[in-house]
Amino acid sequence: MDKKRIPWFLFILLFSIMLLVVSVVSFSVGTSHITFRKIISTILNGKQTITHTILFDIRLPRILLAFAIGGALSIAGVILQAMFRNPLVEPYTLGISGGAALFVSLNIALKLNQRFGLLSLPTSGILGSIAVILILYVLSVKKGVLKIQGLLLTGVMISFISSSLIMLIMAVSHTEGLHRIVFWIMGSLEESNSLLLKLMLLVSFLGLGISYLFCFDLNALSLGEEEALHLGINVERTKKFLFVVASMLTGFSVSIAGIIGFVGLFVPHFVRMMVGIDHRILLISAFLCGASFLILCDTLARIIISPLELPVGVITGIVGGGLFIYALTKKKYA
Amino acid sequence: MLEVKGLTCGYNKRFILKNINFKLKNHALLGIIGPNGSGKTTLLRAITKIIKPQKGKILFEGRDIWQMGFRELAQKMAFVPQAPLSYEVDMTVEEFVLLGRIPYHKVFQFLDTKYDKAVAKKAMALTHTLNIKDRFIPELSGGERQLVYLARALAQEPKLLLLDEPTAHLDIAHQIKILDLIKNLNNSFKLTVIIVLHDLNLASQYCNELILLNNGYLYKMGTPQEILTAEIIEHVYQTKVIVKEKFVSSRPYIFWDFHMEDLT
Repeated sequence: MDKKRIPWFLFILLFSIMLLVVSVVSFSVGTSHITFRKIISTILNGKQTITHTILFDIRLPRILLAFAIGGALSIAGVILQAMFRNPLVEPYTLGISGGAALFVSLNIALKLNQRFGLLSLPTSGILGSIAVILILYVLSVKKGVLKIQGLLLTGVMISFISSSLIMLIMAVSHTEGLHRIVFWIMGSLEESNSLLLKLMLLVSFLGLGISYLFCFDLNALSLGEEEALHLGINVERTKKFLFVVASMLTGFSVSIAGIIGFVGLFVPHFVRMMVGIDHRILLISAFLCGASFLILCDTLARIIISPLELPVGVITGIVGGGLFIYALTKKKYA
Repeated sequence: MLEVKGLTCGYNKRFILKNINFKLKNHALLGIIGPNGSGKTTLLRAITKIIKPQKGKILFEGRDIWQMGFRELAQKMAFVPQAPLSYEVDMTVEEFVLLGRIPYHKVFQFLDTKYDKAVAKKAMALTHTLNIKDRFIPELSGGERQLVYLARALAQEPKLLLLDEPTAHLDIAHQIKILDLIKNLNNSFKLTVIIVLHDLNLASQYCNELILLNNGYLYKMGTPQEILTAEIIEHVYQTKVIVKEKFVSSRPYIFWDFHMEDLT
């Protein structure tokens, strides 16, 4: 029964190639048919043409945003699943997305975005996330100890409360506002503001970098809190820090792209089945796979019924769910 | 090496341990015995900084453990839990033993050093688990898991090793194998050991010193000959027994039989 592990660099190589292939495909397909030869000639000497605009102002930012958000949600999922030692926890379980959605819906219903401009939607999303993070933190820290199970239950309840409130807002909104709320909640990777794109990329890379410093702590925590203490981890400090990191990753993702479900649940799971539970490889792999997965789903969402677009959350759900069930039937110790 | 001073602690407001005082010398092999619920495991949890004392202090090499970082403490003491790993850990034995090197990792160190690997290999050699180093943890038997946990604790290169009923749920061959190993570590490597045991005869045979806990109080500390007498056991455990001297080791041996009253 002795099995040797596949070397880590092979995984990283494989996932990087996958990311590259998916990005190139996503770059080359779309509503306006641009041949591969034309893409190359445009890159080389075709500035200020329409093709150049389509490629670099529409397709590329979308790929980059999908990359950042897919990576961020997957990292948040890895962190939370290790902390809670529960494979069903995902970034949206804790109600952070609910808080963001609630604030954004309020913003739309009260027509605040017409007064404060484009950035007001993501800003209110981030405010909503931070509000939920603070509520969760205050309610779950007792005598300096972050109660993990309490955190989970409170988070689920906050999710329910905010979705009820969103329904209330929707019920009293006008048709136009209702439409905007529904579309915002379904999520989209179309983002015209380059500042937000840069911010999201920064948050995503920071999230990966910071959580990677905690890779051994995550390994120890996934054995249990007492086990981690015995291995010399300052469990309370680590839990609080990781909770904030995962929350910020989720909050920013949701505020910028809406609720794109399933990435943070499915990717960590799938990657763990392939590379094992060592977070040194798990975090990098999850980041690369999450990014590839979301770019792929977004490409599908763009081309399936083109020129119309499907909500990307629909694709992540269907593709991810299908792959997930397939993987579960193949699992060793299932 | 270890000094417990006026330790009172418990969970919430309920005190499990009351005013415990004892000192432990270097290279001791101390057994903690006592009835269920007498506070044996709680004492280990207090020494390993899992629960905070309400009163009193625990000094390790003269320093209060609550003044030491978790990391520093984990370099000095290692803990082997009771019946470990009932859950799935999808790791090989070697990867698991290397977790014991976590307290030595630096902030920007992400790979195991050659020294880490050498220490892990030595720990596996000592615990006879080197031949299963590529097997996965969920495939192991209970006895093998206990040995792997012991190997991980040794990879921490501790001065003090704490074990919570390492022989629970093991057959007699594995019980003796584990306790022989611990005795050997104590003898040859001068490792100080604290071990919680339920089996009084194993405690008598292997430990140099015993602490008997009863209802959260330290009832008595001393050699097996001083602690394991018929009167003390009857008083603490409310059970009638006969104590004889063992033939080779001259340690006390405890008998129990039906109709004890007829014998005594």
